[in-house]
Formats: sequence, structure tokens, C-alpha cells
Amino acid sequence: MVDKSMTDTNTILSAHTIEEIDAWLKRFPEDKKKSAVLAALRAAQHQNKGYLTTELMDAVADYLDLSKIEVYEVASFYSMFELNPVARHNVAVCTNVCCMLMGSDTIVNHLENKLGIKLGESTADGRIYLKMEEECLAACAGGPMMQVNHKYYTDLTPDKVDEIIDGLE
Amino acid sequence: MSEDLVKFTVNGQELEAPKGSMLIQATDAAGISIPRFCYHKKLSVAANCRMCLVEVEKAPKPMPACATPIMDGMVVHTKSPKAIAAQKSVMEFLLINHPLDCPICDQGGECELQDISMGFGGDISQYTDEKRVVFDKDIGPLISTELTRCIQCTRCIRFGEEIAGMRELGATDRGDRMVIGTYIEKSVDSEMSGNVIDICPVGALTAKPSRFSARAWELIEHPSIAPHDSVGSNIFVHTQRGKVTRVVPRDNEAINEVWISDRDRFSYQGIYAPDRMTQPMIKQDGEWIAATWDDALQKAVEGINAQGRDQAAAWISPNATLEEHYLMQKLLRGMGSGNVDHRLRQTDFSDQDAAPVMPWLGQRIEDLENVNAALLVGSNVRKAQPLIAHRLRKAVINHDAKVSFVNPREFDWHFPVFAECASSASGMLEDLAAIAKAAGTDAASVATIVNAATVTETHQQIADSLKQSDKAIVLIGDMAQQHPQLAVIRKLADAIAKATNSVLGYIPEANSAAGWLAGTVPHRGPAGSAAAVKGLNVAEMQANPAKALITFNIEPEFDVANPAQALDTARQVGFVVAISSYLSANMKDYADVILPLAMFTETSGTYVNAEGFWQSFNGVSTAEGNSRPGWKILRVLGNLFDLEGFDYISSQDVKDELKQQCQDIQLNNSVECTAVVSIEKSAASLQRVGDVPLYAIDTLVRRSAPLQKTRDAMHDCVRINSKQAELSGVVDSDKVKVNQNNGHAYLSLVIDDGIPDGCVWISAGVQATSSLGENFGPIELEKV
Repeated sequence: MVDKSMTDTNTILSAHTIEEIDAWLKRFPEDKKKSAVLAALRAAQHQNKGYLTTELMDAVADYLDLSKIEVYEVASFYSMFELNPVARHNVAVCTNVCCMLMGSDTIVNHLENKLGIKLGESTADGRIYLKMEEECLAACAGGPMMQVNHKYYTDLTPDKVDEIIDGLE
Repeated sequence: MSEDLVKFTVNGQELEAPKGSMLIQATDAAGISIPRFCYHKKLSVAANCRMCLVEVEKAPKPMPACATPIMDGMVVHTKSPKAIAAQKSVMEFLLINHPLDCPICDQGGECELQDISMGFGGDISQYTDEKRVVFDKDIGPLISTELTRCIQCTRCIRFGEEIAGMRELGATDRGDRMVIGTYIEKSVDSEMSGNVIDICPVGALTAKPSRFSARAWELIEHPSIAPHDSVGSNIFVHTQRGKVTRVVPRDNEAINEVWISDRDRFSYQGIYAPDRMTQPMIKQDGEWIAATWDDALQKAVEGINAQGRDQAAAWISPNATLEEHYLMQKLLRGMGSGNVDHRLRQTDFSDQDAAPVMPWLGQRIEDLENVNAALLVGSNVRKAQPLIAHRLRKAVINHDAKVSFVNPREFDWHFPVFAECASSASGMLEDLAAIAKAAGTDAASVATIVNAATVTETHQQIADSLKQSDKAIVLIGDMAQQHPQLAVIRKLADAIAKATNSVLGYIPEANSAAGWLAGTVPHRGPAGSAAAVKGLNVAEMQANPAKALITFNIEPEFDVANPAQALDTARQVGFVVAISSYLSANMKDYADVILPLAMFTETSGTYVNAEGFWQSFNGVSTAEGNSRPGWKILRVLGNLFDLEGFDYISSQDVKDELKQQCQDIQLNNSVECTAVVSIEKSAASLQRVGDVPLYAIDTLVRRSAPLQKTRDAMHDCVRINSKQAELSGVVDSDKVKVNQNNGHAYLSLVIDDGIPDGCVWISAGVQATSSLGENFGPIELEKV
């Protein structure tokens, strides 16, 4: 049996993730490593096909000298972190007030019918994940809108949605 | 400081308070009550419950009293219509998701939410939707969770971060889904975790062992003193129909502030252990039979007399009360024997004549938080004495005190450690010698070993940290007191303290300070007086087993330095009287008479803490069965042996008699012995190092079922570092065989790189290792 505290975190975080975290760490004072937690989690999530595992969060905690629970708190608070396995394309339709007034419900219905899944679910082929309850993404002027992975798509119509979704590999 | 005071008005009453202090502190001091949940005087201000909203004139909206700094001329109303309206609104909000399940809640009757909602809650809520439900988590054997009741004040989270020094609980998710918990399946492991039960203002975190056993109003609260460490934490024992239901802290800023360790809180569970002795018993023709007190005492006296009473010996637990210590030595000395010792885990007695009258902390517990530098020798203070560690942690957190350690291994600390040296028994001495050298000591008795020492950068830094500090302390801990060369540690620590102008202190074990004062040491009588008959110390008593032995609240296989040898000795002794709260299988084997002893809640007595403070307490619960307070048992034994001066009416008489003798004692840890010492290096390639873990230190905690289920109680293993594992060829083994002296044990193997090279960490005080020898010494590992 090996004491758990000794497991090497560097084998869990990829070299690229560590490079990314290190780049962010340079922007903050040395004793304020905590400031890099969002960026670190984003990198860790990216490394793991779009979702975080407890092991990854623990590794981030160790790397930034934080207690594990602090990292869990941040990861579970922010909607951009996924804590369960999800499909590779993250499709998030804004359903906040402005987008709702502009017809986001139609977009959501269309997506759900087209893909045969509900919000919060992933397609069986592991291609599309429909994010649950996306909050305002600050693109109200272009509502209804959605974010696919890192990209914004505004002024959506069902046809436009088809085109975007079908264009995803 | 009067220039820093500002004047302000609360409810028309003119008040003064230090500038910048928070409103709630001033109103609390002035006795003006403001409702609150998240504010706690020992924790940082969170201002997230909003219950303490008050009206401040010229402020546009109600202000939280906990986070509003007092300004000169501020006019505050805590009970104005605006303030009350704000408080009532907050109350209604807080109750939206609260289940109001008071009839089935353990907190009912002592609940801050219940109390405040009586004053500020409405009969009917405007909220009519579904309330949220949070599933409970299992966070270990000590704390029960009912998180649906949580109002998210975050006191427990702040406690973990700010007081316990380990963030275990957190608030995950957000909005109405936010929950307090550990996120993953995990127990809360802090040695002070139980305090979250007290600070939780609702019934979300309650004590698991006493859950559903009583209503607050059915309990009687008795002040008492905790018995397990040398802090002497002030506690309240809550009893119901004469039985202890739970233990909670009693505020004493100078000692335990508002906290207690989990050991002091939950050890009471051992009082009603199944093997509790409730009836005197005597062995007749190899059979144990229940006896009356008269018969049992008579048999004890006859047995000891038959073996020659001036040859009798006594081993007394360091956690016995002052009165018990005093009467035990008086009894033995009255019988003409000096063979009495409470230093059961000590192995080096070579300089006992030079030992202080009472080894003590060297300063007040409270002052530990003001030190700028400290060096702890042989101490896992965090686990051994959680509240002493808490004071040191405060010094580190509040003003970056430099706390260093010379230990037989690295430990997990809850504060940033300045430097940590970890090595074998002789290595510890070399480390100390090097620090003494770096500090520039001129002590002649250690000159040879100091000259031979190699000073590394770490040693130099430790010496400098002590030297450069105006308030520095060198503390000798429990593992140092068990060290095979305590005398050398003592001299080196003294040399370091003198060369760096530091205080020299001890962290005594349990109530051992009282043992020293009362004279349960073979070479000194009460109050440090010269012993009329010089007796044998506990090691000598094992080398030459006496013919009659009295054991007092101990189990030799757990409580003596060399458990295997101690048990052997007890078996060889012709006649053994065990004064004990519990009946163990081994005891049935070696004892001839067993006298049932009352526990600390069942007797009156006095504990002397590390700073030399005498704290007396009364018996608060009914003694189980026919068990009797130790001082009464010893007093009657004194009568039956026809000894002079055993006519005490109360334990107070005993205490007064000793107090009289202790009046002129000047506590002084300074070592005046000039004998030249050397470091003994063992030739063996593998050395055992070890301690007695916090939940193994005495008979009571060993029987507290909830404490024994914690992670801190898991010590039946061998720890070695990965390098040593490779050398010993046990890298892939789960279990190994260890041989020490003539004993052996099969123990699970843990690879732990905090253990120094050439060392094997094995804890004592647990069943799995009781067949082995001392905590320090040569040992062999075998692959199985």
C-alpha cells in the first residue's frame, strides 16, 4: 500500500496543461497561486475531452497548493465546468431572458428533436452534448444565441442550427 | 489606547469602542443583543446570513452589524421598525428551505435558529413552493449530518480553514443547489473536528455518538476538566439520570478558548464500555469470583503483606488525579517502599535526579501564541496536544512565527513549518547537537558531541530563528520523553535554549505534572522533596520484578514503554492488585485482586496542566456499579495497612495537604547537571521509531468506540520510506513481519517517504504492536 498523498500529480496533468497553468501563474503573485484555479481547471478539462474528474481536480489542487475541496467548490460553482462525462461537442443554448424573448425555446426544442436527447444529455454516438441551463453569455443583441465549444453563434434559426450542428464532426 | 476609541450611539445608549472594530463586537460587549448566525467571535467575518442587519442613520439601507466598522458619531438602532423589518425578512428567507423538523432534530432546544425564529420568525411563510432536500453524507464516526437543515452560514468551512488548519468541508455547487459537504466520499479527519458541532447554529451538524439520546433540557450541565492531555481543557459534562451523555467545551480564554479536541469530547464513550469493571473481584484457586469491597481489600492487603510490603511496587497512570498520585506514593512510602512511578513510557532515567521538580511548559499556554520562534523536540504536537498546537498555529498564522521540529519522522502539519529535521533516535541527538553548535553553545557537558556535530543550513536556520527572536521557546515533547537518551536531549535542549535566550519547556503527558508534584517518582517525595527510601524506577522494576505490584488505571501491554516486557513482569510478580476501570483478558491472567475504579467523571480530583495550573473538579456522574473513586480506594488501603495520616474526609483534604507542601516551589526547567554525555549509536542497520498515537494513550480513549473508528486510530501498520522498502526487499509486500527483542508482529506495510532512512515507524499503545518492545531501538523486517 502506498500512502495516497504521495501519488504524483504530474502524471495526471499533461505537459501541455502544466505549461498552460504555468503561463497563467506568471500573471499572479507567487503566494496567490489560487488565482490561477479557473484557468487551470479549464486546461485540465480541455485535456480530458471536455469534462473534469476528481483525479484531475485533485491534481490541480496539488499543483496550486490548494486544498482539494477548494477546487471542487470552484469547479462545481461555474457552469463552464463539466463534472460528468459528456460528448465531445458542447452545445449551450442561452435560455436567459433576452434569448428567451427572442425564441430560444424554439431553438432548444428543435435541437432536442433533432438529436433525440434532452438538455443535459449527450448523444449516444458521443458527438453532441446539450448543456443544461446555460446562463447569459452576454450576447443579448444577437439572441437567440448559442455557444458551441468556444464559439458563439447568434441570430439563430432552426435552419442555421441544422447547418452548424451538421458541420460538427 | 484611549485615542483609538470612538464614541457612537446604539439605541440611544452612548458607547465607546476601538476604532475599526465591528459593530457587533461592541454591542456584544455592551450586552445589546443582535441576532446572528454566521458571525462567530473566533472566526473571520463572512456577513452572508444577513441576520444581524441593523439601522445605521445616514446609511441608505440596513447594515450587517458583523461587517460594519464603527465610525465616530455613528448612530445605530438595533430595534427600530426598519431594523426589525430587515431582520424579520432575513429570517423568513432563511426559513424558506429549512425543514422546520425541530421535533425530530437533535439540536431542538439548544438551536440558534429555533431561538431566533421565536423572536423574528413569522407564523406563515410567503413561500409556498417545494423546499429543497439535501442528501446526507457520511463524514465519519463523530459528526452526523442533516444538511437539509443547513442555512449555509459557512461557520464550519471557516472553522476548517482558520482553526483546524485543514479545509475539509466546503460549499459546492451554487444557488439553491449549494451544499455543504466534502464533495467526494470522505471523512472529516481533523483532531478538532467536533467543534463544528458546537458552532453549527442549526441541527445540520450534530454529535453522532450522542445522537437521539437526550433532549437538551433533560441534561444537567456540570463543569469539569478534560483528562487526556496537559492542557486541562475546561469542559461541561452533560449527564442524564446520572450517566454522561456528552461532553462540550467550557469557555476559558487562558486555556482552551472555546474549543476542545475530539479526544476530550468523545472519550466519554469509553466510560460505559462493555469491559468496564463494576465489581471487586478476587482470584481464588485460579478462578475469578466477585467479592465485596471488604473482602477484596482485605485480600489485597493480606496478599501484599504476605509478599513483604516494603518490597511492593506501584505503576500509576499519568492521567490519575493529583490526589490519586499523592495517596499512591504515600501508601507505598508508608509501607516502606519507594518503588512507585508514573513515568511509564520513559526509558532513560540516568539524569532523573537533575530533572525539574515539575517539568512544565516554561510559560503560560496562552503565551504560546505570542512566540516568534519555537523548536519542538520529539513532538507530534498537533495530534498529541491539539490545543497547544492550536496556539502555536496561531503564532504562525498571525505573525509568521518560525516553528521548527526535530523529530523521528516528518508529520503532516496544519501550519507552515519553518524547518523539520527527521531522523533516527541517535540522529535526533546529532540534529540537536548541530543546532546547539550553530547557536554557539558553551555548555561543557555536551561539548564533545557538539564539537563532533556537522551543521547544515537547516540547523543554522533553526538556531538563527531562535536567536533572532525575542520570544522563543524550545519544547521537549512526548517522543523525546520516551527517547532512549532523554538525558542527552534534555542537556542539548537546555544548551540550545541558553545559547539562543529561549525558554525551555516540556509538553507533559496527561496529568504527569501532578505525578511529579505529588511524588509518584521513586527518587523524590511530594513537592520535590528527597525521598526517604529511594525506590526503583519503572525500568528497574521490570528488570527486577517486585513480589507485589499495584497497577493503577493502566494496562501494561499498552501503557508501558516496553509493552511485552511489562506484561511479562506483571505475570511474574507474585501478587498483583489491579486498581482498574476495566477488566482485560491479560489482567485476569496476571492480577490477583481487581478493584473497580471510578472514571474521571465519577470522582472528584485535581489535574495540573502544562503551565502548572491546578484545576479541581467534582464527580458528576454516578460511578458504574460498585466502582469507587481512586482516592477513596487508596485512602482505605492506607487504613487497612495501619498507616498514619490516612484519615481524609474528602479529596479536598488530600489536595490541601499537598498544596501546603508545594507552596514554595519555583518552577524551573533549567538543567543544572554537568555530567558529560555522549551519543550512543546502535550498530543495527534498522531502527524502530514510534509514538503513542492520540487515541491510544490511556485506558479510556482506547475504549471510545467512535474515536477508534476514526482515521487517527488506524495505527496497526509499519511505515518505511520507499528507499528502505527497496533495501529490505518488501516493495510489493502488503504485510511484513517485524522482530524486536524477543517479540514479533505481522503488520501491514505502508510506504511513507516522511520516514527517515534506516527507520521503521511503528506506533505503540495498540494491540497489533503490543508484542514488541520500546518505541526506539533496533528492529528487523522480514518479508512474508
